[in-house]
Amino acid sequence: MAHGAGGKASRKLVEGLFAPLLFGSSPGPLGDAAHIDINGTRVALTTDSFVVKPLTFPGGSIGELAVNGTVNDLAVSGARAEALLVTYVLEAGLPTPVLEGEVRAMARAARDAGVRVAGGDTKVVEHGKADQMYVTTTGIGHLIPGVTVDPRSVRVGDKILLSGPIGDHGITILLARGELDLEADLQSDTRSVLPLVETLIRAAGPGIRWMRDPTRGGAATSLNELARDCGLGMVLFEDQIPVRDTVRGACELLGLDPLHIANEGQFLAVVSPEYADAAINALSLAPGGGEAQVIGEVREQPAGTVLVTTRYGGSRIVDMLVGDPLPRIC
Amino acid sequence: MCLAIPGKIVEISCDNTDSALVDVVGVRRRIDLGLLQDDKPIAGDWVLIHVGFAMSKISEQDAFEQMNTLRALGEIDGAMQEVEGYGLDNMN
Amino acid sequence: MRFVDEFREPELISRAAEEIRRLAGTERHYRLMEVCGGHTHAIYRFGLKDILPENIELIHGPGCPVCVLPMGRIDDGLSIAQQPDVIFAAFGDMMRVPGTQGSPLEHKARGMDVRIVYSPSDALKLARLNRDRQVMFFAIGFETTAPSTALTLMRAKAEGIDNFSVFCNHVTIIPAIRAILDSPDMRLDAFIGPGHVSTVIGCRPYEWIAKDQHKPIVVSGFEPLDMLQSIVMLLRQLKAGEAKVENQYKRVVPWEGNRAALRAMAEVFQLRPYFEWRGLGFISQSALRLNDKYAAWDAEQRFFVPGIRVTDPKAAQCGEVLKGVLKPHQCKLFGRECTPEHPIGALMVSSEGSCAAYHNYEHRKAAMATSLTSIA
Repeated sequence: MAHGAGGKASRKLVEGLFAPLLFGSSPGPLGDAAHIDINGTRVALTTDSFVVKPLTFPGGSIGELAVNGTVNDLAVSGARAEALLVTYVLEAGLPTPVLEGEVRAMARAARDAGVRVAGGDTKVVEHGKADQMYVTTTGIGHLIPGVTVDPRSVRVGDKILLSGPIGDHGITILLARGELDLEADLQSDTRSVLPLVETLIRAAGPGIRWMRDPTRGGAATSLNELARDCGLGMVLFEDQIPVRDTVRGACELLGLDPLHIANEGQFLAVVSPEYADAAINALSLAPGGGEAQVIGEVREQPAGTVLVTTRYGGSRIVDMLVGDPLPRIC
Repeated sequence: MCLAIPGKIVEISCDNTDSALVDVVGVRRRIDLGLLQDDKPIAGDWVLIHVGFAMSKISEQDAFEQMNTLRALGEIDGAMQEVEGYGLDNMN
Repeated sequence: MRFVDEFREPELISRAAEEIRRLAGTERHYRLMEVCGGHTHAIYRFGLKDILPENIELIHGPGCPVCVLPMGRIDDGLSIAQQPDVIFAAFGDMMRVPGTQGSPLEHKARGMDVRIVYSPSDALKLARLNRDRQVMFFAIGFETTAPSTALTLMRAKAEGIDNFSVFCNHVTIIPAIRAILDSPDMRLDAFIGPGHVSTVIGCRPYEWIAKDQHKPIVVSGFEPLDMLQSIVMLLRQLKAGEAKVENQYKRVVPWEGNRAALRAMAEVFQLRPYFEWRGLGFISQSALRLNDKYAAWDAEQRFFVPGIRVTDPKAAQCGEVLKGVLKPHQCKLFGRECTPEHPIGALMVSSEGSCAAYHNYEHRKAAMATSLTSIA
């Protein structure tokens, strides 16, 4: 199964197998969180599994990813996380200090994100069956007033915003695996994007059409999904996409595209042109938002596609990730 | 063919002069200098890296000359205007 | 100087594009072949086709070592790796290339020990760290990569590392260019010469192209300005009726090549009498194998190799696309049975293969243009 890296294969699995059997006649495109109605109160629900090797890496560990990932999924759906449930699947033989370290990291991340861990479950499986540990978090929250996230509301002329540099997390993990003889001063960008999302909503709420956190598969995959869901074209300006030099260097050395690399502390937003300036100003002044950029705009063509343009008039189409991002020598 | 990138030699290994640490925009990688036996680079030199081996030394002089040639493109009637150090001084 | 950004300066790119338009005029149609897959990739990545005038046609050559590898060789390599104690090590480029029973990655999903390496030295390191296993390095590449494999083998021999072997698929560029020029349906004006192969072999090996075939060839770098400058140099030669070898990539390519690299290759390899190139058929003296001094590290001698020849499905026109006779979208399977997700031929798997590049970059832009005109 090549479905791990996000992108086309994962999407096929979800849409081809899970959706028809589990989601029944649920209308609409698949989003980061589900908004359901419980006796007149709208709540947001989401769940995510975290599988990462190595467990700890510069900038964080699976504990932080598990908390921030779920808080972020809720945030980009326009909801504030209130509580999390956590499930651990632990490999027999996992050293207690390692487990304790992760639980502490999770507690810290939950405190920082302002969310409470309300309960959970643990299972232990045979040695060799869980890559040390797998973590699943389920988050529940209430909708933030003043914003509706819906890809079908995207219009030609809307601006595409990115909260900060892409590629940090994925490259950090790749280097942390130690298989490459590469060293870099880089760390995962894992953080809760809720504060920035709330800032964005305050400044530009009525103009927000869509948001997403570009995790596995990178920004290219998220934007391709949007392009497909709204049938319009996402045109990006290469020079305006923020990428740290070290990430760029590592990608060049390995033959990878930063647009396909996972992020754990950034989000994309599509905002109507009237609100775009207010949006980007508010973000860049907010803590952690200093590198936010307008990276592109929505156009009619090329429909359903993501196009990256260069300053000198060249352009190329960027597809969803097909399988894992593979490095190349040629 | 093939992906080859310029990198700057940061340090040559003491116990193995065929091994060097290069820097590519802040990413450091250990590479093999075994193919540059006849013209060994030193720290500070730029080399072209392919599959972990240095293939060639990069001549800064030739690069500058090439940039000048490129800048001269579009000059009227082949008259070469004097090329100021356009931005080259600002580049590291 | 960083030697990268400088060669992407938009202002200079505009000037070069202007000069190309001026030189190209409107009367004549120019057919330029870029030999090397890395150049094909660069053309698409930087959108260079959008900058060039319509009367300059870039034809993609056969310089993609993954694309020209017959499926049978992949099967052979994978069959060696079926053995329980063997670790199959190869570059990322190889991982999704389909054999008849699937790609290396698919074999990995079925339990084979398949590892991605970024250097032949990584593969040797695997052998050092796993003395109880056999590490087989599936080597591919033109003369750019062969010296690194050679040096690695020299080290393996010097250190006495006997659980390491190489399945060698290194090929040489000159016979491929010759095969293109010998092809009766070929009509080319000039060549954009491979930049990185030339760091090893130098510029002399191309002299017969200029002298005997009277076609200009400019050895080119890979940044947008490098390629545009090379096209300027080619157009100048063509307009002046000249045909010579020029080196645009002077900052990296020495005219005489890299003697140490050539020595390493001579120490370890010998030319195979002939080798099958996917799409081009058998070409004599066009590929390398380990010589007798290194027989002990030759995977084809250490292990049994079925040596089955696999012919491509008749409908797949990889050969004609490789020779530049057909454009990717003119192959009947293109975009239908053969896509980057389900590649039938290697030209669709390798990101620098003409078909994959065309599919990802041109195909949809062409579709977009069609839909625009149909709206109008």
